Order: sequence, then C-alpha cells, then structure tokens
Amino acid sequence: MSIEVTINKKSYTVDVPPETPLLWVLRDVIGLTGTKYGCGIAQCGACTVHVGSDAVRSCITAVSDVAKPITTIEGLDVDGNHPVQRAWREERVPQCGYCQAGQIMQAAALLDEIKNPSDQQICDAMVGNICRCGCYQRIQSAVRRASRGI
Amino acid sequence: MINVRAPTTSSNPRVRLENVSRRQFLRSAAAVTAFAVAAEISGLEPALAYETGGAQMPHGTVNDPHVFVSIDSSGIVSITAHRSEMGTGIRTSLPMVVADELEADWSKVRIVQALADEPRYGNQDTDGSRSMRHFLQPMRQVGAAMRQMLESAAAKQWAVPLSEVQASNHEVLHRPTGRKLTYGELAKAAMDLPTPQLEALKFKPDNAFRYMGHGNVPIYDLFDITVGKAQYGYDVRLPGMTYAVIARPPVVGGKLRSFDAMEALKVPGVVKVLELKVSWAPPAAFSPLGGIAVVATNTWAAIKGREALKVDWEDGENGAYDSAAYRQQMAEAANKPGRVERTQGDFDKAFAGASKVVSAEYYVPHLAQASMEPLVATATIRNGECEVWAPLQYPFGAREAFAKLLELPIDKVKVNVTLLGGGFGRKCQSDFAQEAVLLSKALDGAPVKLAWTREDDLHHAFYHTVTYSRLDAGVDSSGKVIAWRHRSVAPTLFANFKPDPKREQAIELGLGLADVALDIPNVRVETGEAAAMTRIGWFRSVNNIPHAFAVQSFIGEIAEALGKDPKDVLLEIIGPPRKLELDKLGLTDPLWNYGDPYSTYPVDTGRLANVVNLAASRANWGRSLPKGSGLGIAAHRSFLSYVATVVEVGVDSQGKLAIPRVETAIDCGFAVNPERIRSQIEGAAVMGLSNFIGEISFKNGRAEQGNFDNYPVARIDNAPTNVRVHIVPNGSDVPAGGVGEPGVPPFLPALCNAIFAATGKRIRSLPAGDQLRV
Ligand code: FES
Ligand code: FES
Repeated sequence: MSIEVTINKKSYTVDVPPETPLLWVLRDVIGLTGTKYGCGIAQCGACTVHVGSDAVRSCITAVSDVAKPITTIEGLDVDGNHPVQRAWREERVPQCGYCQAGQIMQAAALLDEIKNPSDQQICDAMVGNICRCGCYQRIQSAVRRASRGI
Repeated sequence: MINVRAPTTSSNPRVRLENVSRRQFLRSAAAVTAFAVAAEISGLEPALAYETGGAQMPHGTVNDPHVFVSIDSSGIVSITAHRSEMGTGIRTSLPMVVADELEADWSKVRIVQALADEPRYGNQDTDGSRSMRHFLQPMRQVGAAMRQMLESAAAKQWAVPLSEVQASNHEVLHRPTGRKLTYGELAKAAMDLPTPQLEALKFKPDNAFRYMGHGNVPIYDLFDITVGKAQYGYDVRLPGMTYAVIARPPVVGGKLRSFDAMEALKVPGVVKVLELKVSWAPPAAFSPLGGIAVVATNTWAAIKGREALKVDWEDGENGAYDSAAYRQQMAEAANKPGRVERTQGDFDKAFAGASKVVSAEYYVPHLAQASMEPLVATATIRNGECEVWAPLQYPFGAREAFAKLLELPIDKVKVNVTLLGGGFGRKCQSDFAQEAVLLSKALDGAPVKLAWTREDDLHHAFYHTVTYSRLDAGVDSSGKVIAWRHRSVAPTLFANFKPDPKREQAIELGLGLADVALDIPNVRVETGEAAAMTRIGWFRSVNNIPHAFAVQSFIGEIAEALGKDPKDVLLEIIGPPRKLELDKLGLTDPLWNYGDPYSTYPVDTGRLANVVNLAASRANWGRSLPKGSGLGIAAHRSFLSYVATVVEVGVDSQGKLAIPRVETAIDCGFAVNPERIRSQIEGAAVMGLSNFIGEISFKNGRAEQGNFDNYPVARIDNAPTNVRVHIVPNGSDVPAGGVGEPGVPPFLPALCNAIFAATGKRIRSLPAGDQLRV
C-alpha cells in the first residue's frame, strides 16, 4: 500500500503495510538511521521523533497513522545548531551516543512547549528516555542550558 | 621499527625483560643527569617506561608511527584508533595522546578507525579497562617518534643541527633564525624517514602537555552524534541488503525439533526462512546458538515473520534452570566449607576465641548488559572474501572466528568496527556477528543485516554471574577485627571455555575477592560449587560487583555491631599505608592482578585509604542529616584503580528512595582525559543504581525478563544526577589505571550502607524490590 509522509520537509511515498511502525520506515525503507531502535515497545525513547510539534515514539506509531509532518534528528536544524544540540555539545553529554538522538528530540519538544521548564518538568519529560551509559546528570544540565538559550 | 610485541612472537622472553629493566635503569640511576641534560636542551624527558601487561596480551602492543599516523601535504594528521568506542571516549583519548606528543593541533587531526588487524595494530580486545593502561606508553612513543621525524626532516632541509630545531603546535621552528616549516610542508620527508630507536625517543614533560591531563578535547564523534550522523552497527546499510532476525532456542543448549514456516512466509516482506544449523555443545566459547532465521526486506517484516513461526524446541538439561531453587543450592554451598583460595593465620581458632562475631549473607542476581544498541551485524561474501560490519569489542577474535566458520584464510576476511551503542562486556562475544556470517553464507553471500531485538538481547545474553556470599568476622575484646572469612559461590564464565570448573577461577578471584586489603591477622577466602546453567559473560566490572557489595556491606555491618563509625572501621580494616606482599596473603592461585605486573600495580593501601578520606571529606562525612536521610561509604580497588564513594540517600515514609548527592574519589594513576573520567564515574553511579533494581531470573531454563518493562534500569527520575567526581592528581610517571569499570563496584554497597544509615534497614539481597516499603 502506498503511503505518503513528509519527513524533514521532504515528501516520500512508501509502499509498506499500513501498520508498519514509522521507526522501520525511517530506518530501513528511507534510510534515515539517526532515529534509533532500543526496545520497540515505547519503553526507552531511542526512537523519538516529532510528529507536528509532539515528541512521539516512532516504534509504536503506525506509519499510516501519521497525519502531520515528521521531523527526525537529521532535520531538527539544517546546520545541527538547534539550541538543544548546541547545549548537548557544550555540556559534552554523550558517552556512546546511541540514545542521544532520542534524548535531543524529546528535549527539543519539551522546550518548544515550555520555554523554561522546572527540574521536575525536565524530569517528567525525559523519564521515558533511557541512557544506559548514564548521562542523565549532563542531560539535565544541557536541557537547562538550552532553555536559557532559546 | 620499534615494535614491542607479545613474548609469543619473541624468540626469548628474557630479552624483553632485560630491556624493561634497562629502561627502568634509564629512569632511575641515569635519570638525574639524563633529565638535566634533556631539560636544558629541549625540555624533553628521556624515554619513560614502566612495564604493563600489554605485551602479554595476544599480539601485544605496537608503537610504530608508520602504523598509526599519516600526515598529508595540507597538514592533516590522520591517527588510527585501534580500540573500540563504546562510550568511554577511548577512540578520542588514545589519538589525543599521540597528538599531544606529536605537538599536533587537534583541529587538524582526523581519526581513522582501524580494521580488525591485531598483527598490525597490537591487541584490540577492548575490555578489562585496559586500553589506556596498555596503550598510553605505546601511543606516546608513536607521537614522540613522529615529532622527532618531523624535526629531523626540517633540520635536514635547513641543513642545521637537530638540536636547533623544535616542533611546536603543528610547525617546526629553527630557533636561531625563527624560520618555520609546517607539518604539511614536512610531511613527505618526515614520513619517509626511518623510525627512531625507542631509546632515542624524548617525551614531553607533563607541564608541556596540551591535551593530556586537561580534558579540553571533546569526543571526536560529538557533533555527528548530536545530528544523527554517527554510524553504529545498527546503522550499516549495503546496497541490496536484506534484514534478518533469528528465533533461537529459549534454553541454552536447546535443540530444534521441528518448525513450520508457512505462516511466516505469508508475512509481507518476508523473503526466506531457513534453519541456521550449528552444533552447539559446551564448552562453546562464543558459538551462536543456532535457530531459525527469518529474512525480509526490512527489520519489522522479519520480526513479524518470526512471530508467525511455529517452532518446537527440545530444551535439554538447562531446562531445569530455576533461579529460586538455584539460590537455595548456592546458599547451602556458602554454608559449608569450600575450596580455600586464601588463608592467613588461623581463622577457625581466632573466630572461636572472638569476643563478638558478625555474620551475614548476600545475594546478587544475574544481570544483563542491555546496551542501548542491541546486538547487530552485517555481512556479505563476494568472490571468496567475507566482509563484516559490526559493533565489536573484540574485533580480531571475531575475525578469527569468521575465518574458521567459513574455512577461509584470515586475509580473506575483513572486519569493520562501527561505533558501539554501548557494550558493557556483551559485545566481546562475537556470537551475533557469527550468525550474520553464517546467514550470508546460507544466502550465497548476499549482504544481510542480522538484528537482535531487545527481547533477543535479554533472552540470549552472556549474563553477569549470580553470586551468593557468606561472611563471618570475629572481633576481640578491644574491638579489633581479628578473624575474617569470605565464602563466595558463583558460576564461572570459564564454563564457556573448558569443562565447567563449577567455581570462580583465578581471574574471578582477582576481581575483588582474593586481593582485598584486610589488616586482619586471620583471614580465609573460600569458594563454593555452582554449575553454570546459562552462559555467563563479562558485565562491566564483572565479579567486582558482588565481591565489593559483600565486603563493603559487611564492613558496614561490623561497624554497626561495634557501634563505631563506618568510615573509621573501613580505614581500620584497610590498615596502615603499605603495599600488600603477595607471598604473605596465602593465596592458592597466583594473583591475577588484571594481567598487569604487580611491581607496577601493587595493592597500595595508602592510595585506597586516601580515596576514602578524599570522598569522605568532600561529602562532609559525619554531618548530621534529617530523619530518613543517611550517608554510606564504600571503597574498592579494581582494574588497578582506587575508588571510594559516599552516597547520600533520602527514604520517604512510603519507602521511596532519593539519591541527592554522590561524592566519588578516584585514583587511576595518571588521569589522561579527566573529562571522560568524570563522565565514566557519573555513568558508573547510574549503572550502580541499575544493579540495585534489576534482575534476570530463570524459570524452566528461560530468562524471565524480555524488555525494559520488566528489566528496569535507572532513569532520570531515580538516577543520581548530582555525582561529584574527585580525581587524585598524579603525574604521568604514575602508571595509568583502568577507568571504564572501577567506578561501578563501590556504588552498590555505599548505597546500601546509606540506606541502612537512613532507615536501619539492611539490604543484603538484590534486587531491592519492595524491601524499602514499610
Ligand atoms: S525503540 Fe521506541 S521507545 Fe524504545
Ligand atoms: S550515551 Fe550511551 S546510551 Fe546514552
């Protein structure tokens, strides 16, 4: 079945069963591998993308259910200089880095909604994103830093 | 050529030892004059050397600049990173060492990831917190040699004495005239020069380091990570590639009876279903488990296809593995005499005569590494040559395994090491990549990506062992501990490599059990029997986790029994500053010492006590805290570094745990990249908390947990996010210790000691579960 999606301002037509999760359409069909697989059941946040302005877990989002334009880590900012990305570099957040695309997309959606989140709001927004390397301390600092820079 | 190689390739190991002592002579006896002259001329120090275990590892170490460095005419310096990057920063830190000695400008450095090729690069097995320990010196030699080659090239071009030129920040300067040549201008001439002799190398003094010790170099992949361009194993894409998942026997050693692929083949996108035949039999090392592979046009279709398979498995002996029953057996083993591994004085007599005794039992379950990137590998075989892309911690071992599987000469197998989305020991075992190779072969060499789901990862790990410990101490009337017995029962990972010895082996005893500093006259360490009923493997810090948990919790319990301050008791038990004398420990097997020479890396109680005092003072140890709050302390030497941690907790009336602050002190010798050391220690606290809440348990031989919904790991809401790291300052003459792992072991006991201080509840059995609930 042909399904049309807009990703990072480009439109694509993909031919997959409608229930195929957006994650695998992005990664395997289109080749945008910045969005990661970590659990497949909305437990880890590695697959987080924006649909419209909402952070969603692409691993449990059927591609046919996506009605708004999608933004992935590759499209968050053309130069990679979104305030969250800059803050992530300034705080030197990543260790292995695998979870960070999801973390950054989650944080960017939070700051889009709440310009100056409290620590509790940061915690509530980021609790669905696992970092097995344990970068949470710097994630927290980077979100705070980005909130000052937006 | 100044290669330093393993004695296996050297005709006479004694020659190497003599070389070492000669270099040590240079440092000590000749150091005064040699140093004075060198400092006068150029501020450089003569060749430093302390012996490490690097040379004993397969393929040893290599320090040839032609192997690791190339410079092009535009001045771009390419440095090869030969160890795997899984989050420690080593892919940046070792090239940074080269760049520093080379006087290279980091902005003009490019990092090239090495193929799996140990004969060329030296050992590439990235585990055991060994990379910096074993390669700091060879990489300094690489950088210094290339710097001196650039200087020689410049001196030659100007026809001036070598002593008049000096390399500095990507240029060579002729001091008397102020003339300069850039590294780009000198590149070709310098690279054509022979490599200087090791003895002729001059090293920068510590105060001239630009990068080492400063932490001013961000990880090389930082930008790419933040924009989604960093390439992990899961991200490899080849033209025409298919995607596969495998249904594996749910019980280790299980066999396929029959399967029906009819429904699976109806799933849109599924192109093939085939049996992956292996003859798995223990000891199986890293062999794949076999199973049914579902090949599809994308990962999702392969997963759905696998769900539609009908498979009948025969479980075999390990189908009886039941964690509850197994724990019972381990407890019994821990409560009877075991094999004596260390004995000093007469424990039985001293214990019988003690005026007070303390006893406790501890349990740490199986854990799974659960790196965020599950296992994955991509393979293709073309014209009799196999090429693999995978996140491998031990790439050369994997390459050898592929060659064997395919019956190809090793030079027909090429292994590309991608970034690893975490490793934690699991990616040392190449079973998953062997599956990809077997699968490509079954598909006539077509490119295929073999992906593991999270469920695969938790169901088919090489798990952290499970450990039951019993400790007994006797105290005399003055309150001094005079008798100590530690019985440890755990299945061994060596069951993967030889007939199951059913108890911890020398290497595991060396992971914080037999090597513990105890200023106690009567000591006995014993191991009890436990057969491995699943695959045991490496897990960040390995047996140090249960060993330190037991020892450091028990010290807290002794303090409680004596009504003393836990930090004071800890320091008393560590005893006065000294280097433990191995022949006085009464060890049955020689101390492993992480594969490094004891003369370079002794157990130094002064350094251990120092980190205890440092962490305690930064935590304001002894301060009064509100009800429900408490401080706990623990210290542990592992991977040749010393770490002490003070954890502060608050436990509310519902039993909810908060960790507002952690103070950790680490003495890892020369701290090459302090910024990455901090990040490792911060992460170690988080992983320490994960070890407090997670468990892999078995029922009918099957791992009961399959994803993060029932295998919880620390998240931002419960993880420590105020971890303060204190690095003991050392010069580059203090041998570098490990960093990736040593932060983990003290965290658990410090946490449980803190919980005890806050609540009076002693957690001896993990996971914590609802033990904190009132
Ligand atoms: S992969 Fe989607 S939440 Fe984990
Ligand atoms: S940086 Fe490794 S999982 Fe987050």
